[in-house]
Amino acid sequence: MATLELTIDEDVAAGPVARKRRLGPLFWAAIVWMIFVFAAAALASVLPLASPTDMDMLDRRAPASAVHWLGTDGLGRDELARLIFGARISLTVGLCAPVIGITIGGALGMLAGYFRGRFETLVVGSMDVLLAFPPLIFVLAVIAFLGQSILNLTCILGVLGIPTFMRVARAATLTLTRREFVIAAQALGATHARILLRELLPNVLLPLLAFFLLGVAVFIVVEGSLSFLGLGVPPPISSWGSMIGEGRESLEVAPRLAFMPAIAMFLTVLSFNLVGDTLRALTDPRQGAL
Amino acid sequence: MQDTRQSPPRDPLLKVEHLVVEYAVGSKIVHAVSDVSLEVARGETLGLVGESGCGKSTLGRAVLQLRRAQSGRVLFDGQDLTAMHGDTLRRMRQRVQLIFQDPIASLNPRRRIGDIIAEPLVISGVKDAKKREELVHEVLTAVGLDPSLVVGRLPHEFSGGQCQRICIARALVLNPEFIICDEPVSALDVSIRAQILNLLEDMKARFGLTLLFIAHDLAVVKAVSDRVAVMYLGRLCEVGPSEQLFASPAHPYTALLIEAIPVPDPDVRPTESVPVGEPPSPIAPPSGCRFRTRCPRADQRCADQVPELRLIAPDQLVACHHPLIAAG
Amino acid sequence: MTEPALLSVENVSVDLPTPRGNLRAVDRVDLKIGAGRTLGIVGESGCGKTMLSRAILQLLPKKAKLSGRVMFDGQDLVRLDPERLRKLRGRSLAVVFQDPMTSLNPVLTIGTQLIETLQEHLELDGATAKRRSVELLAAVGIPAPEQRLMQYPHQLSGGMRQRVAIAIALSCEPKLLIADEPTTALDVTIQAQILDLLAREQRRRHMAMIIITHDLGVVAGRTDEVAVMYAGRVVERAPTPVLFKKMHMPYTEALLAAIPKIDAAPHTPLPAISGRPPDPTRPIQGCSFSPRCRYAAGLCFREKPLLTAAESSDHQFACFHPVLPPVGIDA
Repeated sequence: MATLELTIDEDVAAGPVARKRRLGPLFWAAIVWMIFVFAAAALASVLPLASPTDMDMLDRRAPASAVHWLGTDGLGRDELARLIFGARISLTVGLCAPVIGITIGGALGMLAGYFRGRFETLVVGSMDVLLAFPPLIFVLAVIAFLGQSILNLTCILGVLGIPTFMRVARAATLTLTRREFVIAAQALGATHARILLRELLPNVLLPLLAFFLLGVAVFIVVEGSLSFLGLGVPPPISSWGSMIGEGRESLEVAPRLAFMPAIAMFLTVLSFNLVGDTLRALTDPRQGAL
Repeated sequence: MQDTRQSPPRDPLLKVEHLVVEYAVGSKIVHAVSDVSLEVARGETLGLVGESGCGKSTLGRAVLQLRRAQSGRVLFDGQDLTAMHGDTLRRMRQRVQLIFQDPIASLNPRRRIGDIIAEPLVISGVKDAKKREELVHEVLTAVGLDPSLVVGRLPHEFSGGQCQRICIARALVLNPEFIICDEPVSALDVSIRAQILNLLEDMKARFGLTLLFIAHDLAVVKAVSDRVAVMYLGRLCEVGPSEQLFASPAHPYTALLIEAIPVPDPDVRPTESVPVGEPPSPIAPPSGCRFRTRCPRADQRCADQVPELRLIAPDQLVACHHPLIAAG
Repeated sequence: MTEPALLSVENVSVDLPTPRGNLRAVDRVDLKIGAGRTLGIVGESGCGKTMLSRAILQLLPKKAKLSGRVMFDGQDLVRLDPERLRKLRGRSLAVVFQDPMTSLNPVLTIGTQLIETLQEHLELDGATAKRRSVELLAAVGIPAPEQRLMQYPHQLSGGMRQRVAIAIALSCEPKLLIADEPTTALDVTIQAQILDLLAREQRRRHMAMIIITHDLGVVAGRTDEVAVMYAGRVVERAPTPVLFKKMHMPYTEALLAAIPKIDAAPHTPLPAISGRPPDPTRPIQGCSFSPRCRYAAGLCFREKPLLTAAESSDHQFACFHPVLPPVGIDA
């Protein structure tokens, strides 16, 4: 007669303890900033802002005043409005490009890691080829060919991000496929699709998401750099990068024109990094510790 | 003509015929399983014992076609598993289940227990969610866990012994006929092992199961098996009824294993064992009888000729040129 | 025991701070071992035996707090300065761990690891150290020792690696060897060889040895004295034959009964212990074993029993309802 083990420790019912302690004040500050930037960018059109393209040639490089809260830039345009509309661009490119990377790269990585063999060699090989292209020149070449636009920029940056996500997904899949719960699913007669979606994906998704947030930070900076060089978003659309570029000319007279978008970008990138790192730290121990 | 099958007619649920499993590691080939044939009768427990590297786990997985054999057949209820693919194989798999050594690693850390146990039902096409829930509750109660406390939780909230119960529940939910247990208690604490072994015996009786019990611990194997097969470096050395095999082993390796077990009795002084060296690697196994490099009885014949399994005593088969007991 | 103990663990406790609260890994443990004797420490996972061995070696994690004394050869290891302690470890106090793959440096050859130890502690020159290494490898039963010196750990089998680990441990003629689950990761035939080797070397060098294991079979034939640990405490301690024949702790009795015996008939139901080993972060009020004990009654749930002596002073146990009432003491 088997002995019954009907008790479960009550402490198990208490659930994950003291996770909150790791989410320190920095984390929450980052979250607050991110919410603020997102909200401002999303609501830009309904906010009572001056138009970012209205030029007031009489009031160029004006300091902060009641009318222009952050002053005006070299062409008399309201700084605050430009910052907020610029956030839109940076966030759009920053978010959409890695989405392309995570979906295509993640899928390729999982399939390569699961099926192995020639398919894997093909995928890894093509990714290596893609990585071999010097990224900046690649971007420039494609933009020169297709023309400057937000869509083109997002797409090309997205494609450039695919190899990294592929590698993360593949590495995670390789470790997981060897673990017994995947073999158990195979032994139960699960189809490949089921194993990939039900068993592997939930476990691969977390490292991918952590990487995603870091990717957002990277792409914001990349877009910013390209726009700074005048090769990113086409004028008159402005992003933080192009604002910094334009602010270069006014550095002696009105340094805030360059610094404010730089600070905005810095804080946003930092927030994404912090949140991404914290998420990774939170999810890793539970996944690997057993 | 000597009949190499067991003497009384059996109804074998599982029949493994001349199975060979080899795989490549770099440029070398590992001969994990070399020409193994065995039978498991309906309702019995066959213990498969051997040390690490003997191929017993590979054999277990090869039976389930989780690892494809190079040659040989596996007949389950008369049907050849090695010839099946795709959907037919998947449906067949629902009649044969597997329990692993590491209970915690056998459970997806991101899924709830209720989902994990319901998974086999979903795969086999039980559409009604209510019915699934019922079956999950039933099988959890059968293994001694309270369903209401268990279904909503994640695997990491449970101990090793509880996880193994959950794995057993998952294996039972489809009402299989045959369960392969691959070292089910080796990773558990001593005091929990007895619980799980008792549970397996109980489930076997309740659900009318046939078991293939793979382990390296002889005492554990003997406690649950009707018959025992001893494996060494990819080949079977000896097969026979548990009591008989341990009381009078015919193969020198079996005798060595029995002698090496530490007995929890201070009066039994462990004999100063004759240094018998290390087991050779399965990449370059010795010719002829693979045990000959460590066997005190080995001679030239053992190097030249592979010993075949033959009947040495009622129901006991041995593959040895110089067995410890004379052919009876 | 009339001779002074070589190692005396006195009222040692180890506390670990965890996010869940304080974890008492080792709770007021007293142990003694004399020169040339073998002590077995038996327990399941979570009982604190590994923490205890780390406490003796002063190799605890930084967060751990140790209280009590560890007297080794007249010196308190807890208060000893790090330099003297370092000289002691490896020289007079040696360790063999469970997994030889992680206890040997995978990027150094066997020879380097052996010779380094010899040079460090015995201050031998290169040639002498090398000669001595070859002797040691031969003594632990490794064939072709000169070739082995050039090999890396991954080129050897598990049993061989453990022999090398033992050779390193024995190289400086230690007075005490602590073997922490030395054979758990090995096959049973190799296990027997390794245990024989340890016993043989111990006799030759008149060395004290502590074998830490979860396997009662391992301690039965190879130790002079056994201490059983449960939930961080020593719950029974006795000379080996006495422990197996006349145990008093229900836990010891239950543990012995739950092991499948090779001479039992198949399908004999095993008397399993219900429940599972306690979570060290959730200390239980009263005796730690009481939730699983068949004999537990009133007092067991309220108070923790202390170690008391049985019929002879070298047999001690901690229980209010012992299995066999000790002679001369009211149950």
